[in-house]
Amino acid sequence: MKISPIAASALAVLSFAALGCSRLDMQDQPKYRPQRPSQFFADGRSERQPVEGTIARGTLDEDTAFYQGKDAAGKDIEAFPIAVDKKVIERGQQRYDIYCAPCHGRIGNGLGMIVRRGFKQPPSYHIDRLRQAPVGHFYDVITNGYGAMLNYSAQVEPRDRWAIVAYIRALQYAENANINDLPQEARSRIPAAGTAPSKAQQSEPIAPNDTDFSNFPAVPATPSGVPGAAGAGAAPSNQPERK
Amino acid sequence: MSIVIGVIVLGAAGGALFELIADSRYATRQGDAREQPIPFSHMHHVGSMGIDCRYCHTSVDNSDWAVIPPTKTCMNCHSQIWVGSSTLEPVRESYRTNQSIKWTKVYDLPDYVYFNHSIHVKKGVGCETCHGRIDQQALTWQEPSLQMRWCLDCHRNPAPNLRPADKITTMGYVPSEPQEVLGARLMKENHVQKLDTCWTCHR
Ligand code: HEC
Ligand code: HEC
Ligand code: HEC
Ligand code: HEC
Ligand code: HEC
Ligand code: HEC
Repeated sequence: MKISPIAASALAVLSFAALGCSRLDMQDQPKYRPQRPSQFFADGRSERQPVEGTIARGTLDEDTAFYQGKDAAGKDIEAFPIAVDKKVIERGQQRYDIYCAPCHGRIGNGLGMIVRRGFKQPPSYHIDRLRQAPVGHFYDVITNGYGAMLNYSAQVEPRDRWAIVAYIRALQYAENANINDLPQEARSRIPAAGTAPSKAQQSEPIAPNDTDFSNFPAVPATPSGVPGAAGAGAAPSNQPERK
Repeated sequence: MSIVIGVIVLGAAGGALFELIADSRYATRQGDAREQPIPFSHMHHVGSMGIDCRYCHTSVDNSDWAVIPPTKTCMNCHSQIWVGSSTLEPVRESYRTNQSIKWTKVYDLPDYVYFNHSIHVKKGVGCETCHGRIDQQALTWQEPSLQMRWCLDCHRNPAPNLRPADKITTMGYVPSEPQEVLGARLMKENHVQKLDTCWTCHR
């Protein structure tokens, strides 16, 4: 059989070019990566649920105060089961802004962006009932949900839940703070009531207008100012830090 | 004789064509918005509502994977909002029946490459640097080429791509000081190494 030179060269071009299009075996190996579907299991998932009652190493939640926010009698605890310091509150702020601010608003007044789009309006954290509520109650709401609010136990791990509660306490404290609670050098930095928020404050992404900065302190509340954070009961916890 | 030379020349042309095709946006599938079972829009959820990436992609700062959120995460809001929307019926059905939603993967490295999100996030590489302006995408597409060259360009010189820890998920980020100064400082503060040995990514 005679192959014309033109056909031969066309074949050569195409065969080299074809290499560029093929996905090779090493590319798609017969192994599972997270969330990869499976033909083997009936539910189509490669991830398996642990057998009911399974306790992973290091997650035996014997410490009911830390894991459930309850004391031995099943009542909400009044004092934090972890030591609260500035680092914890800052972590709490970061987590709060991610998971809670969309509904509760950055300052906890219950006017977040999702509420403006039609979600049920949550109560402000600054009402008397929630100011008096024990820290265990807040932990319980995050863990188990409350009315129209579903739980956040899958999205926020226990240590971070406590950090969020500490930050909510700081917000509550700040909302009712008096100018005399601030260190001397910070007082002059408070904008006078009615002053427009700064450029930086206006460009905050979440709910830019729900924030009344006129009574919000320019410096974060000091840890010692957080009710329940200091004194008896705030024993340092030996719970593992997240890596 | 002339045929042999012809084949060699054309073979080389084929090789060049191979390069062109492999590098084309067609082969890398850049900018190609994928069809999804539910028209989930980052433009709505991130761009207009300002929800942080980590609300949904929860494990991005502490594990290899960012993960696509489970249906429960959608229901946190959609149990109350747009409950009558037929577009959202597959979400509600998935929640009722406990069957997974089958999202189409957009970013997909070959299986012989090891990638890890948390190290990038911790050392100061923002989502935007690798995924582009997700907040402007109604349907998600792949922004970079994901070729080895793209990874290496940054690994050999990360400084221009670093940002402060509190700006990791910010979209449309502009550095507040000259990037040469900031980048150099973050290189030091975060102890950023220049990793270009093969076994960083092939292990
Ligand atoms: C999707 C919107 C949404 C998000 C996000 C959200 N909540 Fe709520 N939350 C609500 C609503 C709505 C209520 C009121 C529920 C009711 O009364 O039915 C509420 C109520 C509460 C209450 C008051 C309970 C009481 O005793 O009245 C607390 C405390 C609370 N949420 C804490 C949190 C924390 C902490 C987070 C973040 C981890 C969070 N919420 C995230 C919507 C939300
Ligand atoms: C309300 C939940 C939600 C938020 C907030 C969110 N995402 Fe997503 N993301 C999803 C869902 C659902 C998908 C799968 C559908 C798709 O690919 O569009 C997804 C897909 C992606 C993908 C493609 C994944 C793939 O298939 O390879 C990337 C990249 C991504 N998100 C990045 C981000 C970034 C960056 C942010 C923050 C700026 C963000 N997402 C915020 C829910 C969310
Ligand atoms: C924090 C709250 C929140 C979460 C979580 C959330 N959404 Fe939404 N979603 C909304 C709001 C609010 C709207 C209405 C958008 C508007 O008003 O522009 C919406 C709109 C939508 C729409 C458009 C509905 C229509 O009929 O056009 C789709 C689709 C959607 N969301 C899918 C999802 C999916 C899928 C998830 C889970 C990955 C999710 N959403 C998680 C708040 C949320
Ligand atoms: C250094 C570049 C880089 C950065 C920074 C980065 N990603 Fe990714 N992302 C990737 C690559 C590469 C993949 C594909 C991984 C694979 O297929 O193995 C990916 C995949 C994803 C996926 C698909 C699910 C998964 O886990 O594979 C999501 C969702 C995602 N990224 C979200 C984010 C978010 C949110 C951020 C910021 C907090 C972020 N990424 C930061 C490169 C990056
Ligand atoms: C925009 C910059 C940038 C891009 C793009 C990028 N990386 Fe990285 N990568 C980094 C930085 C910074 C580090 C941290 C180096 C260090 O450890 O100090 C890193 C670290 C890593 C590590 C080390 C993780 C460990 O546990 O040792 C791996 C693996 C990795 N990158 C894979 C990839 C792959 C694969 C790609 C391409 C798909 C990629 N990276 C793209 C900046 C980048
Ligand atoms: C920063 C991460 C990274 C490093 C370091 C790295 N690679 Fe890669 N490599 C990749 C990625 C990502 C791909 C997949 C590219 C694609 O899909 O186009 C890849 C693909 C490859 C391929 C397949 C190429 C193809 O076209 O099919 C080979 C071979 C390879 N790498 C060899 C090496 C060698 C040798 C080194 C050391 C000199 C090295 N790599 C270092 C990330 C890396």
